[in-house]
Amino acid sequence: MFCEKSTELIRDLQRVHDGQLPAFSEDGLRQVLQEMECLYEQNQSDVNEAKSEGRAELIPSIKLRHCCLLRNQRCVTAYLYDRLLRIRALRWEYGSVLPANIRFHMCAEELQWFSHYKKSLASFMRALGGGEGLDITQDMKPPKSLYIEVRCLKDHGEFEIDDGTVILLKKNSQHFLPRWKCEQLIRQGVLEHVVS
Amino acid sequence: MSDALSDDGSHEDSQEDVMTPAELIVKLEEAWLNEKFSPELMENRSEVVECVMEQLTHMEANLQRVKKGDAKASIHRMEIDRIRFVLSSYLRSRLQKIEKFFPHVLEREKSRGEGEPSLLSPEEFAFAKEYLANTETYLKAVALKRMPPNLQTVDMIKAVPQPYLDSFVFLRVKERQENILVEPETDDQREFVWSCAVDLNVEVCVLVWMAPGDHEPAEITRP
Repeated sequence: MFCEKSTELIRDLQRVHDGQLPAFSEDGLRQVLQEMECLYEQNQSDVNEAKSEGRAELIPSIKLRHCCLLRNQRCVTAYLYDRLLRIRALRWEYGSVLPANIRFHMCAEELQWFSHYKKSLASFMRALGGGEGLDITQDMKPPKSLYIEVRCLKDHGEFEIDDGTVILLKKNSQHFLPRWKCEQLIRQGVLEHVVS
Repeated sequence: MSDALSDDGSHEDSQEDVMTPAELIVKLEEAWLNEKFSPELMENRSEVVECVMEQLTHMEANLQRVKKGDAKASIHRMEIDRIRFVLSSYLRSRLQKIEKFFPHVLEREKSRGEGEPSLLSPEEFAFAKEYLANTETYLKAVALKRMPPNLQTVDMIKAVPQPYLDSFVFLRVKERQENILVEPETDDQREFVWSCAVDLNVEVCVLVWMAPGDHEPAEITRP
């Protein structure tokens, strides 16, 4: 059956939970592209034949193949675009440096897209408010309290807060810190918000 | 609110001078809510964004002078955090819409007439252009250039969904207004007389849902 591979790509994406990024299916993509090449070649020869020998009975099969080609194209772009959206979401979740295990699931072009996206976003945030700059990836939730209790999940080293005090973030230590300084670290999994 | 602060006249500098910080925040909140709940991108309010950011820097600078342990400081700090959240959230929801509808947003920007205010702020425009170029290059490099010659382009306008303009939105009435006619979508051209929001920003893009029948004109005024 035509288009089976391309639907399989889409299904693969749908199977994983929202926001998770499965490994890039280089193989699946190659197979779809091969199928498309095949269909295209068959169509070319049929079109030539239909033209030169006037064989009108070939036209329906040409149409069918063309529809399959279009469908394949659509499925492939949908697959790629949906992955981009997931990668975009990762930028907002993890900050500009992605964990190695996620990078491992991306293809070279995706990494490139990500770095371009990262740059555009950074220059957008820098230019905000007439060049003053504002990090809009912070403050994701409405602030409820100024300071929050956090527990350290891994060794992170020294960490400076606004008033210049330096604290040591050691594994399993507990701190009472300004919320706006910890948000990023919580999302990165260094700190954990302790809700008592 | 005084007339000087009405939505249409805020671009002139002389009028911005008379705005107090409290009024500024009201404007920011209004822009934020409108942006958050409308299905499509609204006109940019970069003048408000700039003013609020100036205000924030100003407040931060003031806070530096307060001595440590002062209870007032933490209240102000909280206020700064809240304002910054609203501002970031506003800019975020705009950016999300730009990313979601990028071909349409750019198309509208292109077809914009001379003198018409731009939907996008300069930095948003730059971002949208880069986003489009980046995504197109990516699709081309990974798949499209390896496809048969007649299938190597994708029409972004067709491929990316448009904002759904027929969705319902909630309106809050700011000022009593009699006899606002909302054209019904139904065949019978019943006239709805309704006291309706006069916020231009919202009115342009919505289909307001209303139960047919006789209603007392509602009046909700903004505190």
